[in-house]
This record gives sequence, C-alpha cells and structure tokens, in this order.
Amino acid sequence: MQEHDLSFVRVEMALAQSAPPSERGPGAWIRKNLIASAGDTILTIIGIVLVAMILPQLISWAFINAQWTGTDRTFCATVAQGGVQPDGWSGACWAFVNAKFGQFMFGRYPIDERWRPILVAILFVALLVPLLIPKVPRKGLNAILFFGALPIFAFILLVGGVFGLPHVETSLWGGLLVTLSLSFVGIAVSLPLGIVLALGRRSRMPIVKMLCVIFIETVRGIPLITVLFMASVMLPLFLPAGVSFDKFLRALIGVSLFAAAYMAEVVRGGLQAIPKGQYEGADSLGLGYWQKMGLIVLPQALKLVIPGIVNTFIGMFKDTSLVSIISMFDLLGVVKQNFSDANWATPQTARSGLVFAAFVFWLFCFGMSRYSMFTERRLDTSYKR
Amino acid sequence: MASQEILREEPSRGSFINDPKVRGIFFQAVVIIVLVALVWWIVQNTIDNLTRLRIASGFGFLRGRAGFDISDSAIAYSSDSTYGRAIVVGFINTLIVAAAGIVTATFIGFILGIGRLSHNWLIRKICMVYVEVFRNIPPLLVIFFWYSGVLSVLPPPRESINLPFGSFLNQRGFYFLRPIWGEGSWLILVALLLGIAMAWFVARKAHQRQMATGQQFPVFWTSTALIIGLPLLAYALSGFPLSFDYPKQSTFNLTGGFQVKPEFLSLYLALSFYTAAFIAEIVRAGIMGVSKGQTEAAGALGLRPGSILRLVVIPQAMRIVIPPLTSQYLNLTKNSSLAIAIGYPDLTATTGTVLNQTGQAIECVLIMMVVYLALSLLTSAIMNVVNARMALVER
Repeated sequence: MQEHDLSFVRVEMALAQSAPPSERGPGAWIRKNLIASAGDTILTIIGIVLVAMILPQLISWAFINAQWTGTDRTFCATVAQGGVQPDGWSGACWAFVNAKFGQFMFGRYPIDERWRPILVAILFVALLVPLLIPKVPRKGLNAILFFGALPIFAFILLVGGVFGLPHVETSLWGGLLVTLSLSFVGIAVSLPLGIVLALGRRSRMPIVKMLCVIFIETVRGIPLITVLFMASVMLPLFLPAGVSFDKFLRALIGVSLFAAAYMAEVVRGGLQAIPKGQYEGADSLGLGYWQKMGLIVLPQALKLVIPGIVNTFIGMFKDTSLVSIISMFDLLGVVKQNFSDANWATPQTARSGLVFAAFVFWLFCFGMSRYSMFTERRLDTSYKR
Repeated sequence: MASQEILREEPSRGSFINDPKVRGIFFQAVVIIVLVALVWWIVQNTIDNLTRLRIASGFGFLRGRAGFDISDSAIAYSSDSTYGRAIVVGFINTLIVAAAGIVTATFIGFILGIGRLSHNWLIRKICMVYVEVFRNIPPLLVIFFWYSGVLSVLPPPRESINLPFGSFLNQRGFYFLRPIWGEGSWLILVALLLGIAMAWFVARKAHQRQMATGQQFPVFWTSTALIIGLPLLAYALSGFPLSFDYPKQSTFNLTGGFQVKPEFLSLYLALSFYTAAFIAEIVRAGIMGVSKGQTEAAGALGLRPGSILRLVVIPQAMRIVIPPLTSQYLNLTKNSSLAIAIGYPDLTATTGTVLNQTGQAIECVLIMMVVYLALSLLTSAIMNVVNARMALVER
C-alpha cells in the first residue's frame, strides 16, 4: 500500500532576517557589558552616578585644589581659619606632607646621620630586586647576602656605636624606617618559626604537639594589641630586676611571635596537602626526619601555600602600624603625632597625612600581593583546564 | 602466626641511639626540662619583681573603686563603681561594636562579592577598586581616617548638618530620634515574637506540603505580613504607646534624642568597611567555586536565573564561604581592640586603664586573654553549628 506523498516543498523564499548585532567594536562592547538588560542598565546608571559623585570631588581634592607648597598652616587654611585660601576651599595639604617628609621616613633619626638609613635602603633595594626577578642568576649567593649579610650590616649601620659611627638610640627611630625594619625582621623570623611550629603540631611526640597547639591557638585567639601589651608590660616583670629590653626589640618579639602563629597554620595547610606517598617514599629511601622534611615535603608544601604566606606577610606589614598604640612611632604613629603640630593644624592636615600614609602602605601591600600572584603562576607546574 | 610473633619479638638491630622511639622520649624529656626551668625562672623573677614593686597579686583589686569615667556605657556606671564593673562595661562595648560591625560588614561584603562577579563592567570595576583599596591598608589607618579625617572636622553642634528623620550630624557624633516605649508596649514585643514563631511554623508546613504534593505556598509574603502586621496590630490595639524623642538644637549643644559618639561611629564604620573587603573576596571565591555544570543543569531543568542563584548556587557556595567567613568575624572582633587608639572604651581600653591605675599587669592581661579567647571560641562554636547545618549531607 502506497501512502500519499506527504513531502512538502516550500515554494516561497523565507524572509531574510535582519543582520545580528555586531559582536565587535565599542557599540557591541557597551551592549554586552553595560546595557545587556533593563536591570543591567539600571545598575550602570547607579554606577555612573556613584562614580560621578565621588571621582570629581576626589580628583579636585587631591590634585586640582591641592596645596603643593607652603611653609606653614596659613597655606592650607581658609581666610576664616586664618589662612590664605578662599572660604569653602577643600583640597589636600600636600605642603604638610612635603614639609614633614623627612620625619615620615626616618622619624627623629638625627639629620646628619640620615645617610645611614638611606644607604641601607639602597642596599636593600639593590639586593631585593635581583632576588625577585627569576631570570637573574646566582640566587643562592643573593639570598645569603640578603638574609644573612644585610641584616648584620644594617644593624651595625643603623644602631652605630662602632667604627666611629655615633650611636643612635632606637627610640629616635621612626616613620617608614621603623615600619620596614619591623616587618623585615618579622618576616625573616616568623617564617622559620612558623615552619617549626607547624612541624611540631604535626609531630608524633605528644608533648611537643601539645605545646605547639597551645601556643598557636592561644596567640591566634587574642588580638595583637594584647600581645603587644604583654610584651611591653609583662616582659619586664618576667626578667630579673635591672635587666631591660629595648622597647623596639620588645615590639619586634611581639609582632614576630604573633605572625609565627598565623604562619604555622598556613604551613600546616600545605603539609596536609602533600600526599602520604611522598612521606612514605622519603622514608623508604632511608632519609631521616629533617632530610625528609627539608628535601621532599617542605619544598612542595611551601610552594602550595605561597599565597597564604604572602597574605600573612601583608597582614603583618599592616599590623606593624599597631605599635603606634604602645607609643612607638612607625609611619602611622609619626603622621598622627604631627597632627598636633600647631604650625600645621588645619582641617585638611589630618586627612592629607593619612591619605599619604595609606598610599605608602597600599603601595607595599599591593606590590606584595601582585608579586605573589606572579610567582604562583610561574611555579604552577600543573595543567590547568 | 608463629613466624610473625617471632618477627615482632626480634629486637631492633640498629643502635639504641637511632631508635626513633627512644629519641622521641629523650627529646621530649629535654623539652620538658627546659620548659620547666624557664617557667620556674620566670615565676621567680616575677615574684621578686612584684615584692619589690609591692604589688599584691590576685584578683582582689577588682572590688576597688575605679575612679575614672567611661564615656560610653550600656549599663549603669560611675567613677564610684568598681574596677570589675569597669571591665564589664568595656566587655559589653566590645560586644556591641563587634556585633554591629559583623552585621554591616557581612551586608556590604556580600553586595561587593556578588558585584565583583556581575556581568556589568562598571559595577565589577567599582567593586574591584573598593576591595583592592581597603584590603591593602591597615585597619588602624582606616579608623584614624574616619576619626580625625572625617568626623572630627565636621561642623560644631551649632551648625549641625540636618539629616532625614530629624537626625543630626556634627563633631560630637550622630544624633537620632529615640523611641519612648509607653504603657503597654510589651504587647508589641510579644506580637513580634508571636509573628516570628508563626512565620517559622508556616514555612515548615509549606515545606512539608511542597515535599508531599509539590504545591507551593507564598511563604515569603505570608511571613512578612505576619512579622510586620502582628506588631502593627498590637500597636494599634494597645493605643499607640510609642512616641519619639527628637534631638533639638539649643544654643551650644543638641539635647534629647539618641547620641552615637564619634569614637563608636569611626570604629564601627572602619571595621565594617575594612572587613567587608575581605568578605567580598570570600564570597566571590565561594560563588566561583560552584562548578558551572550546576548552573547549566539548573537552567536545563527550567529554573529561572533568580531561582538558580537562590536554590542551586548559593546553598553550595555557602559551604565554601562559611569557614573563612568565621575567621573574618573573629578578626573583626579582635580588631575591635584597636578602639584604644581613638579612646572608645572597649575591653582593651578599660582593662588598659585599670592596668595603669593598679599596676596589676599579669591579672589584667590574663583577663583580656581569657575574654578574647572565650569570644573566639564562642563565635567559632556558633559558626560551626551554622556550618553543620549547611554542610553537604551525603547519602
């Protein structure tokens, strides 16, 4: 039985569709990224309003209306406040930052001796930059110079008292000098200490393990301020009468111990992520504990937790600002101290000084985080989907 | 069996010194001896120092008269109160600022985190700039910025800035209307609790019904009506007992209303804004951690984008988000101790004052440590309960 022929042949041409919107060019980009839907358009408008509210004010405050030069407060105050600026003026007082720049960098370090921190800074940069660029050879020598020779040299040069260099009390140190030296020593101490604590926490020896757990969890549970309080009021009680530590050293111990506890947890995360086979493989090769850890496990574990380690460094760098509370003058402390300078007291002074300090802190922290992202990509040996 | 036992009994052939067990015991013994010696030395020194300074150890000092004033106090306090009460006042202040900060930071952080994943380029960039700025500056600096950069350069009380709802902003803080609860206003509270309980009951029933029959029930609108409607009804029934005390401008100061001091305001704002940047990153990582297949599968089932986000993506993202979120809450609580820098009387500041007045360094630092540790443990315990409810229930 033959069915009826049901095939259908279309006789008229289908209407030509309009061309799809272009996928290239600025128009398409705006369509896709800014006005894809009604909701999107509303969000864009909100965003534009936000930016329009903040950005012009910010630019005019920081650049257009800002006072760049000047010798005292009259340059940054309005007529009503006893200055030269027109009423209603609002601009950054960079003249204040300019005038106090030396203090912001070195604190009360004697002006005649300031070549010493500058020399240390130059050496620091000269050794750090080749260490950070992967292509530069002789990393081993560079690292020894940076972590071994530089601290000793910097200590001799900054403290003085030998080789005809006048002695400079640490109580005279201040500004970025204190911030950087606290964080450098903190970083150099907290990483090895953190590794030891992490190994101790995963140790099979119950007493060692317990001690490490108690230390790590206690320090992580209390604020840094409490640790610094402890370092500044309790340490003198713990030592025999007459023995006293330098205040700078006490803060250094507090900050380093605090960072070490956090570092230990980061490193522990890395240790846990290494498969058991690696430990067993090292054992079967007949390696001892330190060989196993130093040659097989830690190189892999530390590589895994680079982001965490750098985050801890960044956290510690920011935390050094807390020493201003126990009356030491790091960058933030010096800036804050200068607010009370009657020669510069205007409504804009505090704001300008703080924005400057924020910018310096931001520069260092942002740089560290970007470098860690770069290292992460470079060391990444796995195949990403 | 027999051969195994023989093997087990065979003594280690290596030298006695190389036996890891012996080494372990030896090493631990050394650690204990060193530690005990160190502690003994410290205790001896401390006792010597304390007798030399004539400080009596113990917590008896807590009953002494404090003699200093505290500007912000939630409970009755005067300079005649005891040191113990001063520390409690500080503790309550820490709790208040931490709780307020956690709520606000979570709110801002979630908005920013979702905003960073928006399809909208402008929103994405704004959120990114915010996060990158606030993550990389110290919290103390943010606090100072609000305190000396923004709030202390506001106009004096006489030229207060008028804000909506009869509130004012000036150098001395933020003033807003204070509700005065009249006779019978307890009825409103009862109605509110009743509304919440009923809404919870409705939600449960609706869920059961949906599971059994597949029919949905507008839970959200019913709950809203119950939670808002019942108190309103009670308000009307009890004869409108609520009135407001507006702040009024007088010659030199504002009177009446509720005053939020600039110290609290700057600490609260700084902690919220600072922590929000970190929470935003956590939320972003959480949402990105949900694999794209889940979204696509939900789409294939015919769910709308809103439902996909609510029913599929967020429940899974929360599992990734909650543990790091907990540690951010802990950080915020610990960072609230920065209050001491601007003189907000939190636990650290009041205990620090007590320490300076009495010289009881060990006891005061011990109190601080124990309280912060307890707070940390409490917060983690609460978040662990939340986490357990959110965790993946595998069959």
